[in-house]
Amino acid sequence: MTATRRALDTLAILLAILAIWEVLHRVAGETALPAPAETLSYLIRTVPTARFAENAAATAAAFGLALILAYGIGLAIGIWMGAHRLSGAVGEPILVSLYSLPKITLYPVVLLIFGLGLSAKVAFGAMHGILPVALLTMGAIRAIPPVYLRAARTLHLSPWQTITTVLLPAALPEVFTGLRIGFTVTLLGVLLGEMFASKAGLGYMIMNAMSLAQSKEMVAVAIVLFGFAALANALLLWIEHRLHQRV
Amino acid sequence: MTRIGLIRSAVIVTMIAALELACRTGLIDHRIVIAPSEMASALVTLLASGSINADIERTLGIIAVVIALSVVLGFAVGVVIHALPHLREALDPFFATYYAVPIFIFYPVLIAIFGLSPMPIVLIGVATAIVAMIIATLNGLDRVPRVLVKVARVHRLGRVSTALRLQLPATAPYLFTGIKLSVSYAFIAVIAAEFILSPAGLGRDISDAYTDFENRRMYALILFLLIVATAVNAGLHALDMRFAERRSGGGP
Repeated sequence: MTATRRALDTLAILLAILAIWEVLHRVAGETALPAPAETLSYLIRTVPTARFAENAAATAAAFGLALILAYGIGLAIGIWMGAHRLSGAVGEPILVSLYSLPKITLYPVVLLIFGLGLSAKVAFGAMHGILPVALLTMGAIRAIPPVYLRAARTLHLSPWQTITTVLLPAALPEVFTGLRIGFTVTLLGVLLGEMFASKAGLGYMIMNAMSLAQSKEMVAVAIVLFGFAALANALLLWIEHRLHQRV
Repeated sequence: MTRIGLIRSAVIVTMIAALELACRTGLIDHRIVIAPSEMASALVTLLASGSINADIERTLGIIAVVIALSVVLGFAVGVVIHALPHLREALDPFFATYYAVPIFIFYPVLIAIFGLSPMPIVLIGVATAIVAMIIATLNGLDRVPRVLVKVARVHRLGRVSTALRLQLPATAPYLFTGIKLSVSYAFIAVIAAEFILSPAGLGRDISDAYTDFENRRMYALILFLLIVATAVNAGLHALDMRFAERRSGGGP
């Protein structure tokens, strides 16, 4: 009952967005912002093409690799700084200030180090993702009640058993929040990389469409990316919610 | 506390010194990264020459406008949405998703609509920063203790004076979190926009220096932006600490 009402509310807002889009289209004109209906039909025609598939595959490859790096390095830093109090106290403010820096300024440096191509995009995406994963993992491990560890000691658990049966399950919901945010910012990092200097990927497609004044393609690719990110986020939020309930 | 601060400074100094050494000895190619001391001296020369003053003014000006618009409008929108529970329920899924989708990819669309002027940069900046302020305002208003609202009713305070004399101070910590986030989003969005496509500004300067292989200029500009962003963040953090102290120090 409430679920259907909520779905209807959400639908109403989506319709409102479409209406605003249509009005903007009438004001701005065809070349600047295409009409919603035309753009959506263009989207349906474009997505199955080989050109779109190639660019989507390029973005997916860069994003996948960047995500593996961001999760691996972020978790390692987070566990280390969460378990070792002194490292955490020394490192946390450094990580926090790095997190709030506009990392886009460092992209030329990444390009100089890695050259144009896949590895620069991967490195830039991972740079974005490592910090939130590390910070939230550190917080999660620190927040584990000491009584859990005492219980583990009383039960004579080995260090490995302590990690797998006590530390990880207790910290998992918070760690997962970090992984979800890491997912989002890594995707943004990869797309920014593609927008600035790249010859493949969905970010490149958008910039290319802009220079050719193909606004339909620009908006269509943006909508595909929005849809992907929103669906992935909803799935991750759902898992996160389940993890929090379980604890 | 001071011991930890000392260790932290030592760690940072060691890292910079290691980079300096690696550059000086040629372990790192100077065409890739230049020594930190060179970056600093290049920055001093660049600032003394005055050639980037116009771009500094432009970029920091746009960031200031974006922050002001986002904070003021974000607070106002937050108050309105909070007063309309039905609308809020409908918007909640959008707020939960907003920072998960790469809003920034709309920047080229804004350029197509408004042309190459500061307008698309301001809009993409506000679009990025304002939602953090709206969410922070809603969070804060949710947590105003009900007893305070009752006190206001007992004293027959009007709507506006309840908002200004009671809700604003009670939500201040949350609003400040919103402001901090807005500031950091404003920096990121404006510089990224200038970097990708803009007629002028510090982001554009960095991108030009990169394409022209002017490493000294590029590193000087990057260093400048990182110093400004770090200083602003540190300033906000210090303010936050002082507010927190005053609140816990038995204030009203």
